[in-house]
Amino acid sequence: MATREAPVTTAVTSVGVAIEPATARTWLGQMLLIRRFEEKAAELYSAGKIRGFLHLSIGEEAVSVAAMGALTMADNVVSTYREHGHALARGVPAGPLMAELFGKANGTSRGRGGSMHIFDVGRRFYGGNAIVGGGMPLAVGLALADRLEQRAAITACLFGDGAVAEGEFHESLNLASLWRLPVLFLCENNYYAMGTALDRHQAETDISRKGAAYRIPSAAVDGMDLLATVEAVRRAAEQVRSSGAPFLLECRTYRFRAHSMYDPELYRSKEEVEQWKRRDPITLFRDRIEKDGVLTGADLEALDRAARDATDQAVAFAEAGEWEPVADLLKYVQAGESPCA
Amino acid sequence: MRMTYREAMRTALKEALASDPRVFLMGEDVGRYGGAYAVSKGLLEQFGPERVRDTPLSESAFVGAGIGAALGGMRPIVEVMTVNFSLLALDQVVNTAATLRHMSGGQLGVPLVVRMATGAGRQVAAQHSHSLEGWYAHIPGISVLAPATAHDARWMLPAALGQPDPVFIFEHAMLYPEEGEVGEDPGPLPLFAAAIRRAGRDVTLIAYGGSVGKALAAADTLAAEGVEAEVLDLRSLRPLDDATILASVRRCHRAVVIDEGWRTGSLAAEISSRISESAFFDLDAPVERVCTAEVPIPYPKHLEDAALPQPHRICAAVRGLLKPTPGATR
Repeated sequence: MATREAPVTTAVTSVGVAIEPATARTWLGQMLLIRRFEEKAAELYSAGKIRGFLHLSIGEEAVSVAAMGALTMADNVVSTYREHGHALARGVPAGPLMAELFGKANGTSRGRGGSMHIFDVGRRFYGGNAIVGGGMPLAVGLALADRLEQRAAITACLFGDGAVAEGEFHESLNLASLWRLPVLFLCENNYYAMGTALDRHQAETDISRKGAAYRIPSAAVDGMDLLATVEAVRRAAEQVRSSGAPFLLECRTYRFRAHSMYDPELYRSKEEVEQWKRRDPITLFRDRIEKDGVLTGADLEALDRAARDATDQAVAFAEAGEWEPVADLLKYVQAGESPCA
Repeated sequence: MRMTYREAMRTALKEALASDPRVFLMGEDVGRYGGAYAVSKGLLEQFGPERVRDTPLSESAFVGAGIGAALGGMRPIVEVMTVNFSLLALDQVVNTAATLRHMSGGQLGVPLVVRMATGAGRQVAAQHSHSLEGWYAHIPGISVLAPATAHDARWMLPAALGQPDPVFIFEHAMLYPEEGEVGEDPGPLPLFAAAIRRAGRDVTLIAYGGSVGKALAAADTLAAEGVEAEVLDLRSLRPLDDATILASVRRCHRAVVIDEGWRTGSLAAEISSRISESAFFDLDAPVERVCTAEVPIPYPKHLEDAALPQPHRICAAVRGLLKPTPGATR
């Protein structure tokens, strides 16, 4: 009978470490790029340039930046349909990303996927999965391939609180732990599964406690506090790397915008949203580094301008893109000569 | 060499595991138990638990893990115990395996093989007996195979493993103990080609998987009555080999499609429709279908037999087609 270490639950709530100016620039720059990119995407949605579903992660930027910052380019990322932030923080260029939202041929998926299906195989960014929980078994499989091929990589599996209600969450945690696979399960708990509040869909609302049932060490962190989240993800990723076994990290965060552009937000109060906005991860971090004198007001201005410029360039790139010819409709169903039907 | 369908599939698995380190087999009871249908018996001992993996009863997770492992460069073979249980993994099949190449604009491919048992005939009632491969054949992005012979059980697997996209192999549970001749190499037929198992001239019997033997039995009976039935084994349910189907129908002028799926919305309906669309003026009679009765498969033998396509029902359908049609001039 194999023995296993006891599950450990730790909580990282704040970190008092000094911040290097270059690091602060990177983190804040990424958060601002995500924010400005998505604000612009919302505008373009209203202008009819972007259609379908558009899920914004405004308010959740710290989690994207912290999660991607803890990974190497040899690691795999499996993401959700609210993944613009993950993609940008992973280094997916903003231009092709915006073009994908437009549905243009110069988009990351040649426009075939749209907002919910961002893929970048070169960056090991495996989507962009719009079936809640659907990416979780995929992450287990990617980690299994790394194990079988004796590669040192880990797989980051992002999912929301809604996915916790899916069978695939439980099946995947069990399988990853049973087979001791290096999966970093990263729950972005924004407290709503579309419009259903966490306490209206979970009997146990402390998601980090669910790891124990599968003997997966777990932790929870304030996902609005960038520094705490960076440290929590770093530790979690380090543990996955050194143990080769999974870890469950719950990042408690909040989306400031509606679930999608169709959502009239009847299920939560304006007061609640305003209360969370007072803990805006960008403001919190900016205030902190300004107070500590890490960056000057002029630095901060420049970072925001850079994010706006990058967004404008991304829009121009998307606008300049071509549409896929209708003659190519049946492409990318199966490879090469594989017959379709 | 003569061997059973089960031995043929085991030989194929063994060869795949031995010849390609990227190949591994996973599924429910494939290892220590030896496979629910004893197909993988002995493989755990030979290849070890890393490459012959017993899984929990988590169809969605292990089919999805197969997809992920394929993305990670492996060539997984996933065994699902039966098609009935595969419904628990249908999300991964339809929403992930079949869509990733398209949703990623061609960046990703999923070279995954999924095998499962299908079909009725063993009195295991309504949750272990259905033939749902026709549903799978509905899905763009995947290929669906139904080996009907020991030879195909032996040789379809290596060809499927060479495909860059997901391939589903449906093995009719009644075929496992059937013996057949297995050649030394795959032979001349491409993976997705239909095969003429018996040449004829009066009617084409179109069948696949567990129904091919029934069609051949019916053809024997009909031959004694002076009717020469051609038996076409589809082999591939997606893509369908339209050319071979239509050529046979154009020779024989009549067709009966035999399908262990239910009639409504069936693969038989699709084939019948394609024949009507492309060979209507070659037909001497409407296309006939022999399908499973529209009932969950019942437990008692006499009712199960009555529900399924049987040689006598195929013969009756052919005799109906051969009755002179009023106004026919051919």
